Amino acid sequence: MAERCAVIGVGQTHHKAKRDDVSIAGMVREAAKAALADAELTWSDIDAVVVGKAPDMFEGNMMPELYLAPALGAVGKPMLRVHTAGSVGGSTALVAAHLVKSGIHKRVLTVAYEKQSDSDAMWALSVPQPFAAPLLAGAGGYFAPHIRAYMRRSGAPDHIGRMVAVKDRLNAIHNPYAHLHLPDIDMKTVEESMMLWDPLRYLEACPSSDGAAAMVLAAEDSLSGGYPPAWIHGAAMRSEPTMFAGRDQVNPQAGRDCSADVYAQAGITDPRAQLDVAEVYVPFSWYEPMWLENLGFCDLGDGWKLTEAGATAFDGDIPWNPSGGVLSSNPIGASGMLRFLEAAMQVRGQAGEHQVDGAGLALGQAYGGGSQFFAMWVVGADKP
Amino acid sequence: MADDSTIEGRGPVTTLATPIRLDFDFTPGIAQSVFLRGLARGRFMGQRCPKCGKVYVPSRGSCPTDGVPTTEDVELANVGTVTTYCVVNVPFAGQSIEIPYICAQVLLDGANLSFMGLIQEIPTDEIRMGMRVEAVWVDEADLTPSLASVKYFRPSGEPDADYESYKEYL
Ligand SMILES: [Zn+2]
Repeated sequence: MAERCAVIGVGQTHHKAKRDDVSIAGMVREAAKAALADAELTWSDIDAVVVGKAPDMFEGNMMPELYLAPALGAVGKPMLRVHTAGSVGGSTALVAAHLVKSGIHKRVLTVAYEKQSDSDAMWALSVPQPFAAPLLAGAGGYFAPHIRAYMRRSGAPDHIGRMVAVKDRLNAIHNPYAHLHLPDIDMKTVEESMMLWDPLRYLEACPSSDGAAAMVLAAEDSLSGGYPPAWIHGAAMRSEPTMFAGRDQVNPQAGRDCSADVYAQAGITDPRAQLDVAEVYVPFSWYEPMWLENLGFCDLGDGWKLTEAGATAFDGDIPWNPSGGVLSSNPIGASGMLRFLEAAMQVRGQAGEHQVDGAGLALGQAYGGGSQFFAMWVVGADKP
Repeated sequence: MADDSTIEGRGPVTTLATPIRLDFDFTPGIAQSVFLRGLARGRFMGQRCPKCGKVYVPSRGSCPTDGVPTTEDVELANVGTVTTYCVVNVPFAGQSIEIPYICAQVLLDGANLSFMGLIQEIPTDEIRMGMRVEAVWVDEADLTPSLASVKYFRPSGEPDADYESYKEYL
């Protein structure tokens, strides 16, 4: 029988294009200290530390968790590193949760980060491979063809992507930690922004950010902090190969299987009706309608209709990314954990100006690589 | 003699740019060697899964779905279908092709998995899903066991493929 586990502390940095006032170690420590303060704990209360970030080649620091151990108070304590590309922030939180649910530790600190200004992610994602032509131009070049395939398959009109780009940026105005604050953005400015990877325009893509996120997860007998705990109702990971015949790249099976698992654990049969809010990894605008379908919020082909009808807007029946999401802050390794963390903030009632009224049950989702890694959790205000 | 006062005048060092490089030897293994040797002859070579019958090009030596070795070599056509694509208009370090260019998923006739290919000899606003394309190879004397042997793909002039014929490969 697994122990109950809850989020009792959250912390994040102000995400920016360039944090040149701190090193990577200083940046992760800033998020970790904020999470400890939120949980009303000190470093000595922590039993173990779990760290995640996107591939080491981004910043060029191999196994950075070793050098980060002192900054994270992990000297002499168990420390784990998690690798699942862009979904890693989510997977890292899940590994930390497993350490509590299995009864191994009482309180685990989990941290994820990226310092994109120290790195060149475009280059790191575009290194020529022996069997591929040197064509790939970063993540956008990989995902844009799949977005086009979604548009063809669903018959979605062009303006849906622009709607998501505007919605998430206007949400971000109410999140003081968000990297982008674009109060003047509208459909026209998105449409007039530069075409980067046709059909994706500049304002339909995520920024490059420096930032870190941290959470303290605790067992039921070790709760603390001023806000109520966010109880974990379900937690699941799935992956699939990037290349196999018959793979559905628009609606990957690993994502469908992962959501089915996490919903079953949380007793969810109708996610749109039962969840109050969702923080979902949408790095390019069109991934909102694509993931609406993959996550079972609607029938296949109808994701764009929910977006168009305003269902996912802040005042809609199922707000998606009230924090502004990945489209407003993208410290890659931390981006997945921010989804999980924002879901927890919502059910703890600590989301401030972007708080969804009375949020009791929230989904956090992250995906990564070539849409082959998925991590999800459902957190709730009530004890499961 | 170093002039310490000048260095102090510039303030503390906060950032160092340190270019890195990584050289490595790559051992392709049996299945990928079939593919690479095919390229050196101006041919696309793949392998068929003995269980599901799907043809992979290039093959990694086993079927990801069935987990069994792919041992039957298959020669594929020089023509295929663009299943989907994007037009790349963003510069990045190490880029070797002039932007804008078309980056497409090409499904060779006889294959069950598309791969990424460059499309040339067509204006970027005329590319479309379903377009039929053919590989353009380097001169015979310049063929090597590398994808550099394929210069690019270009329209073959055939009518577009029907959406139903390639929609399951998206
Ligand atoms: Zn097979």
